[in-house]
Amino acid sequence: MSILVIADHHNNELIAATANTVAAAQLIGGEVDVLVAGQGCAAIADEAAKLAGVNKVLLADDAAYDHLLAENVALLVKELAVNYSHVFAPATSNGKNFMPRVAALLDVAQISEITAVESADTFQRPIYAGNAIATVQSTDAVKVITVRPTSFDPVAASGSASVEPVSVTVQNAGVSEFVGEELAQSDRPELSAARVVVSGGRGVGSSENFSHIYQVADKLGAAVGASRAAVDAGFVPNDLQVGQTGKVVAPELYIAVGISGAIQHLAGMKDSKVIVAINKDEEAPIFQVADYGLVADLFDAMPELEGKL
Amino acid sequence: MKVLVAVKRVIDYNVKIRVKADNSDVDLANVKMAMNPFCEIAVEEAVRLKEKGIASEIVAVSIGPKTAQEQLRTAMALGADRGILVETDEALESLAVAKLLSKVIEEEQPQLVLMGKQAIDTDNNQTTQMVSALTGFAQGAFTSGLEVADGQAKVTREIDGGLQTLNLKLPAVISADLRLNEPRYASLPNIMKAKRKPLDTKTPADFGVDVAPRLKLLKVEAPAERQAGIKVGSVDELVDKLKNEAKVIS
Ligand SMILES: Cc1cc2nc3c(=O)[nH]c(=O)nc-3n(C[C@H](O)[C@H](O)[C@H](O)COP(=O)(O)OP(=O)(O)OC[C@H]3O[C@@H](n4cnc5c(N)ncnc54)[C@H](O)[C@@H]3O)c2cc1C
Repeated sequence: MSILVIADHHNNELIAATANTVAAAQLIGGEVDVLVAGQGCAAIADEAAKLAGVNKVLLADDAAYDHLLAENVALLVKELAVNYSHVFAPATSNGKNFMPRVAALLDVAQISEITAVESADTFQRPIYAGNAIATVQSTDAVKVITVRPTSFDPVAASGSASVEPVSVTVQNAGVSEFVGEELAQSDRPELSAARVVVSGGRGVGSSENFSHIYQVADKLGAAVGASRAAVDAGFVPNDLQVGQTGKVVAPELYIAVGISGAIQHLAGMKDSKVIVAINKDEEAPIFQVADYGLVADLFDAMPELEGKL
Repeated sequence: MKVLVAVKRVIDYNVKIRVKADNSDVDLANVKMAMNPFCEIAVEEAVRLKEKGIASEIVAVSIGPKTAQEQLRTAMALGADRGILVETDEALESLAVAKLLSKVIEEEQPQLVLMGKQAIDTDNNQTTQMVSALTGFAQGAFTSGLEVADGQAKVTREIDGGLQTLNLKLPAVISADLRLNEPRYASLPNIMKAKRKPLDTKTPADFGVDVAPRLKLLKVEAPAERQAGIKVGSVDELVDKLKNEAKVIS
């Protein structure tokens, strides 16, 4: 067995989910190499080389891989995949973007967002918004897999693998072009990796009122999340959406405020260790998954909570 | 410009599924089915392109059982001009679906293919990207904004840190995210009209595509249930529990 993990990175930072993905790959048994593709990303490769247990880091540094454009990254990974039994990537927006292409080019299935490794060919993954867990066995020669980061504890940054440039010819599909990015600026912890998350829903009512959420989050050093309804209403940016089709989080503490608890929302947070729900409707389904439920108007409860933390 | 839009028949998003007692799969007997919500968004976008005069014809395609005709009729009631059903009773994997769609694309030669970013049953989020890889069409996955002009599609994509904008050369394949638009409801007259729109039926064999599964479904289980929690009476009690019982804050 030999496993290639595709690192995710953004804005000159290695995305933390890469370390969780390496951990999942190590459960297969065998050498784990990490590919860092991008432009001007040598420093990222050095960072990836520190991930414990990594055999070596392959660096593909070329303008064609800037912003991890799906078409070009997939062509690269397809070439490299001949040397591997498994190709893993984190189920981040980048991983989800290019990995299915890799699978199609290799004429194999992709197994999406695995949450457990049972053996080298058998994996668990949630289906139907996490309301069922499927165990699937692959019959393909190469297993192309995305990994749900929250299901695997990250490896430490205690390694010292070597970094070598890849020796494949750069192919540029030439069909898409990066124009720009609008990134949410925040000093708060990153949502998918935070120890505490405070999320607001439609009940919060407006983007101004979200200050109630931010203030409690800041007291707790927490990341801020939201329901789809809160994002659709424009209270907060899209990258805060937690759920089946947003981010999946599993913090030590998740506080849901003014969120009803639709199955699509629960899919993104029900693996949190401790769940708190604050909702004025005592019948709200969120209370069925909450360890601690407080039936209260959030506009009373949140300022009080902030004061008492 | 011809637009092709793919739609999938799935369980209605309001239905809570149950796992079969023998753990072989989920139980879909007598469950309400509907068009995958992300596919509805894709159809709506196609219709808006036609209303703007950018799309000249909308072809809706579904790969699934005979009953998926209902979802194609819905797509036609919303504004698609005709439908193609590639009929199969097998629950095909994304790769097989992508191969079949690629064959339909080869025949139909659309400039733009619109799809949903993920189906809410398998939650795979793969087919669009696979279609793009197989056809060589440019890829715009998780799209929340689309402008088509001068042989290009400018797409805004929802990514982990925010939004990204790409220019895609046409032809392109685009997957719709939640905030691309808000789908309309079909009007009664349009539902009636849709019944007379052409609907072609084909089979995977017509396209010579091998749709054999690559994955074996060994079992399907219900997820671990969370222990029922408690209601606290006050913010003080909540803070106390979090500090001294759960020990998640200090
Ligand atoms: C295809 C698809 C994908 C989806 N993906 C996601 C997803 O990824 N994530 C997601 O979250 N949703 C998703 N949804 C949407 C989901 O179905 C729900 O519509 C959404 O989660 C509801 O958000 P909410 O709980 O904030 O709003 P609501 O359901 O409207 O709930 C608001 C809650 O706030 C409470 N409230 C109101 N005022 C107060 C107050 N003053 N004090 C205290 N409580 C108050 C109310 O009692 C209520 O329980 C998806 C839906 C579809 C169809």
